[in-house]
Amino acid sequence: MGESLAATSNLLVYSAMSVYAVALVAFALDLSGRGRTAAAPAPRQEALVGAGAPGAVAARDDVETGERRRAAAVGVSTTWLALLLHTAAVVTRGISAGRVPWGNMYEFTLTGAVVVTAVYCVLLLRRDLRYLGVFVVGPVLLTLGIALSVLYTESAQLVPALQSYWLVIHVSVATVSSALFVIAFSANVLQLVQDRRERLAAAGRPAQRGRFMERLPSSGELERAAYRLIAVSFPLWSFTLVAGAIWAERAWGRYWGWDPKEVWTFVIWVVYAAYLHARATRGWDGRRSAYVAIAGFACILVNWGVVNVFFPGNHSYAGIG
Amino acid sequence: MSAPAATASGPPVQPRLGAVGTARFVWRQLTSMRTALLLLLLLAVGAVPGSVVPQQDVDPAAVVTFRDEHPVLAPWLERLGFFDVYASPWFSAVYLLLFVSLVGCVLPRSRQQWTAWRARPPRTPSRLERLPEHRVVAAPAGGDLLETAAAALRRRRYRVEVRPEGGSGAGAGRGASAGSVAAERGHLRETGNLVFHLALVGLLLALAASSLLSYRAQVVVPVGQGFSNTVARYDTFDPGAWVSPDDLAPFAVGLQGLDVEFEDTPGSQLGEPRDFEAQVQVAEPGLAPREEVIRVNEPLRTGGSEVYLAGNGYAPVITVTDAQDRVVYSEPTPFLAQDAAYSSTGVVKVLGAQPDQLGFTGAFLPTAVVDERGPRSIFPDARDPLLLLTGYRGDLGDVNDGLPVNVYELDTTSMEQLTTDDGAPWSVALRPGDSMDLPDGLGTLRFGYPPEGAAGDATATGASATAEAEDPLPRFAGLTVRHDPGRIPALVFSVLAMLGLVASLFTPRRRVFVRVSGQGSGQEGAAPRVEVAGLARGEDAGLAAEVDALARTLASEDLSAQPPAGRRPPPDRSAPAREPAAAGPRGSRTAGSRTRGASTSTTRTTPTRITRTRS
Repeated sequence: MGESLAATSNLLVYSAMSVYAVALVAFALDLSGRGRTAAAPAPRQEALVGAGAPGAVAARDDVETGERRRAAAVGVSTTWLALLLHTAAVVTRGISAGRVPWGNMYEFTLTGAVVVTAVYCVLLLRRDLRYLGVFVVGPVLLTLGIALSVLYTESAQLVPALQSYWLVIHVSVATVSSALFVIAFSANVLQLVQDRRERLAAAGRPAQRGRFMERLPSSGELERAAYRLIAVSFPLWSFTLVAGAIWAERAWGRYWGWDPKEVWTFVIWVVYAAYLHARATRGWDGRRSAYVAIAGFACILVNWGVVNVFFPGNHSYAGIG
Repeated sequence: MSAPAATASGPPVQPRLGAVGTARFVWRQLTSMRTALLLLLLLAVGAVPGSVVPQQDVDPAAVVTFRDEHPVLAPWLERLGFFDVYASPWFSAVYLLLFVSLVGCVLPRSRQQWTAWRARPPRTPSRLERLPEHRVVAAPAGGDLLETAAAALRRRRYRVEVRPEGGSGAGAGRGASAGSVAAERGHLRETGNLVFHLALVGLLLALAASSLLSYRAQVVVPVGQGFSNTVARYDTFDPGAWVSPDDLAPFAVGLQGLDVEFEDTPGSQLGEPRDFEAQVQVAEPGLAPREEVIRVNEPLRTGGSEVYLAGNGYAPVITVTDAQDRVVYSEPTPFLAQDAAYSSTGVVKVLGAQPDQLGFTGAFLPTAVVDERGPRSIFPDARDPLLLLTGYRGDLGDVNDGLPVNVYELDTTSMEQLTTDDGAPWSVALRPGDSMDLPDGLGTLRFGYPPEGAAGDATATGASATAEAEDPLPRFAGLTVRHDPGRIPALVFSVLAMLGLVASLFTPRRRVFVRVSGQGSGQEGAAPRVEVAGLARGEDAGLAAEVDALARTLASEDLSAQPPAGRRPPPDRSAPAREPAAAGPRGSRTAGSRTRGASTSTTRTTPTRITRTRS
């Protein structure tokens, strides 16, 4: 029963990955401009006005730019499909082990990736973030590839230290928070690229490469998008820290012990706190604060990819190697 | 700092700072946001080495290994405090400076906030159309529009002040009076921010209290034995600076049973731990003894302390008789697990043996395999237990002088290894119940309690001949006792900090103004002109919707039909796509994109006209 479900889960992961690949191609086509066709001539005149300011766009076809973004539409629907398959993979994996699907690093990665997609899909319902599609689906696909090829662990019961309801609270919030940081990171990187293009353009030497960036919002817009995501994620990360401390107090008899994972969770918290301060400091807002946020994301990658595997500590539940 | 540009009047004159001025300058620098930012980044960087280099407090054994492996690097790291990063002077300096900077920044702001909290809303700007959000409403005649607006804003938790114009506004008695309403909300943002920062100070103090007032002790207890909460009984005891051994709460815990489960289905998870559970009996003065269960995530709470199940292993019963055939040692001897399959090592010290003291050191393997890779265990349960020992005779050293020594290490400096007749080191492999003669007639060694009727003074060495003690291979529990009065304050301050953080990040700061101009006031049938305007301070995506809703409330004829408090009116689907509102200081950055879009448009859901303008 458990094993066949785990096998089903793996099949679903592969299916989700192929659908993600389709979504990735569709979003890329959209950014390249090939997936866009001009609509009826009437709103086209507006398109000339709107082209210079791709900041705010309506939820459906762009009224202002008068473009039909078929490729983007394909990207969005395939992302939803992939989310469905991916969620099914996570759920079957959880059922196969009879517990929450984040008991080892493979499962945490699988679940973390599905939360990234889910958060992105929910954001899509409220705002037009289709321009971020490539930069969300791409990392998710990459993460799933790493999960299957490097981190894969057989479905099994939990070690005693993980048998606690705090596993549900602490790790699920950490996952959602990380997912938001991932998307914010994409926005920050695009912001820096866009910022560079804008400065080049202002200097009279428009950038030659990366024409697709013209279809993305201005750097200021991207900066605010990243900030909003981090503003939501930072309290969640704080909660992760506190919930982790409470759990550590119950499991290990101290709420803070400078375990490598604790150290890095703290470092991430401090770096994003620095980001929030930087944003309010004159001379540090804009580009420099984006660098701080990107450093924070680098710390998240270290916390996930390096600390679990290479630093011995109380959090060594990776189940790999 | 760049020097001021030289002017025609001569070389630049640097302002001269006295001692007070310099102090003030340094203080201002320290409490500036830029310094706080720098210190935060330093704190993050400074915390990293502690996860790379082993820490004395976290894993002392790893520090020893690291020193051996890096003989050149280690002394330098030692000097820089890298083995104890979080107590090192430079790390402490960073976080203490950060907290000084924090307090220096937050206290003046708290004072300001105290004033602002009680201040009246700002005066109404004379030209409301200059504010980022502005609507003009043709309101129906009749009713006190100012009071309606004020009531609507109060329901939205604004601080409101109504300012009728010039006293003559109420021309025809109960008609719409001219004047303005100024409203402000969002003090919670700054308050939350201050609460967050002050709670961090509280958290730091709680951490300090934890460090000074807590103690942590570890004890290894074989099944059937127990311990009392006294320093003497503990294997390790780490007290905080202000803890004296007399402070320990009196209680005793007896270990009655220990259930351990491992994964036994073949696969990569084979041998992984699945469940640990210790059954204990707790005795506190003045209370009847009670039965409790300790599991990994469920510590025992007693006497203001917690007892945690931190580890487990095997304590094979070893019996030693000496040359005079007396039982000089017979007790469960904990062997500490070295790997996931519980290959364990341990030491037997026989102080009372004659003519020489005896010492044994070796391994215990619960499921033993001996092959070309050497003896080892392949599964943590005792499926094929094997005890491997070598022996020494001589003087056991410091333990004879009553000095504290590590019970898991054998000091062989004044001892001589036991050898067989041909001079090779003597060693023995025993299964439960096996027994073996020691060389040179020194006695016997047995895996288990002495057989029935064996002579000796076993009781002198502490073994009790109770029923459960018949098991030659009891498990032991590694228990950790922790007393920490700082943890509840730490939790309270953490929760406060989080609440403050959420308030400071998500409370919008807004000012909303309503002006009823007198052109039609008092005259029957003529509609007064009502302006609604809003100003966001900082990020605020919801300002436009708020101003829209207020305008709609004022425009609706039947004032009793307005939506109940707290619920927003249905979103206006016919409204043009709204830009993410980015008003306030940051709005100017995207001024280019804001000129596009609906500069003037009308909403059609309300019976009366609302004109929407943007600057």
